[in-house]
Amino acid sequence: MIDEPFATGSTLFHKRDARVKIVGAASISLVLALNSSIPAAVAGCLVTGSLLILSRPEPLSLCRRIATINVFTLFLWLTLPLTYGGEEMMQISFLKLHLDGIHMASLITLKTNGIFFCFLALLATSTTVSLGHGLERLGLPRKLCFLLLFSYRQLFVIHQEYQRLRRAARLRGFIPANSLHTYRTYSHLFGMTLVKSWNRGERVHQAMVLRGFSGKFIPLDQPQLAKEDYLFLITMLLLSLLLTGLSLSLLPLS
Amino acid sequence: MIMRSQPPLLELRDISYSYPDHDSPLLEGINFSIHKERIGLIGPNGSGKTTLFQIIMGLLKADTGEILLEGKKMETEKDFQQIRRRLGLLFQNSDDQLFSPTVLEDVAFGPLNIGATPAEARNTSISTLKQLGLEGFEERITHKLSGGEKKIVALATILAMHPQLLLLDEPSNNLDPETRERLITILRGLNQVHIIISHDLDFLASTCTQLYAIEKKTLVRCEEKQVHSHEHIHPYGNQPHQHGT
Repeated sequence: MIDEPFATGSTLFHKRDARVKIVGAASISLVLALNSSIPAAVAGCLVTGSLLILSRPEPLSLCRRIATINVFTLFLWLTLPLTYGGEEMMQISFLKLHLDGIHMASLITLKTNGIFFCFLALLATSTTVSLGHGLERLGLPRKLCFLLLFSYRQLFVIHQEYQRLRRAARLRGFIPANSLHTYRTYSHLFGMTLVKSWNRGERVHQAMVLRGFSGKFIPLDQPQLAKEDYLFLITMLLLSLLLTGLSLSLLPLS
Repeated sequence: MIMRSQPPLLELRDISYSYPDHDSPLLEGINFSIHKERIGLIGPNGSGKTTLFQIIMGLLKADTGEILLEGKKMETEKDFQQIRRRLGLLFQNSDDQLFSPTVLEDVAFGPLNIGATPAEARNTSISTLKQLGLEGFEERITHKLSGGEKKIVALATILAMHPQLLLLDEPSNNLDPETRERLITILRGLNQVHIIISHDLDFLASTCTQLYAIEKKTLVRCEEKQVHSHEHIHPYGNQPHQHGT
């Protein structure tokens, strides 16, 4: 259901501690998000794109993911040039294309892809589990981190339960159609999945109580940061600084 | 001088229980004690076997009766916390029991809760996994294990807390013959005494010394096992064939 195709590998990105990758991804994406000049956004895309190539993702699933994210930007290209206003560039029959709209759409597309590349290179190369632990060790509230980890763990079980129910319905001749019967069946499926998940939640809690859980999670010790991790972190922070400088110096004077 | 015999490890006196929305009780007048026996527990579906385990562990409260751990009456939540350190319950469904992302974290969860340092918990967990033949499973992701592996890892999470008594709820369900054999070997090799709920009489015969059944809402001791023979019919019964182990 949630596969992690990029999380297995042996590049330097895969070997780094999740913590330095989280901090690196946060700083680079922050800089890219705040930038408002197109040349700097292009530079950002190039930098994060090279990071992505260095992490050697599997080409097919990479293309699929990039296509998915750009479905959203496609909608911006369909609407922004027509509606953003500003200087009129050209007219195709009754449609007026505006320069500012095109500018805005390209900026958003570049920024989106830049940040996306950065997340693929830095975060997708870790498993959800190690990201959860990384966040926890970075000092995020422990409850939130465990919420993430538990949801991730139980999502599979809930999904399996839903699949099982749906299969059972199918095996008894259920074919989804646009009918009241279909809607009723789906609402029963969802309802039943919800009830089952609730019950499961209670049993998991019982299992925890039986093993002495009293409301506080005690973490198992985890490996310390290595020298390479610090080097990696410094490189990522320098890249962010470079991009900040670039976006400030290229700021359109207005 | 009067010799006082050692109190049983666990004793139930006159336990009754009924579900809140049911009129008639599910369990009535249960009396039972365990010293060093290895006990099998049988009974029809819905007869209250799992409920009895939950009552023993303090997850459900009995309507009447007493639970004694080594002669000491268990009443408050604190008492039951004591019970949970000494008794380990293996759930029917391992997915309910394995909630941590990795195997090592899951096995270490119990020891950490009862006060082990992270380093101690890590060592205990690794040696427990080793004892069960699960070396190298430490960093495996729990939900990606096979059903049989999940069952043995779930057993490891219990054993890592070094309980004196194991309560196993249908442990051989849905296991392939190989994993079932492996579980039998493991259970026979453990020091702990246990109570096993199962419908698998052969499994119980290989792992238990006494058999109890829930009959008419109460617990009754079954006769010692006997060799018996009966006539039965098979398709192709004239061919040489084997019966279940």
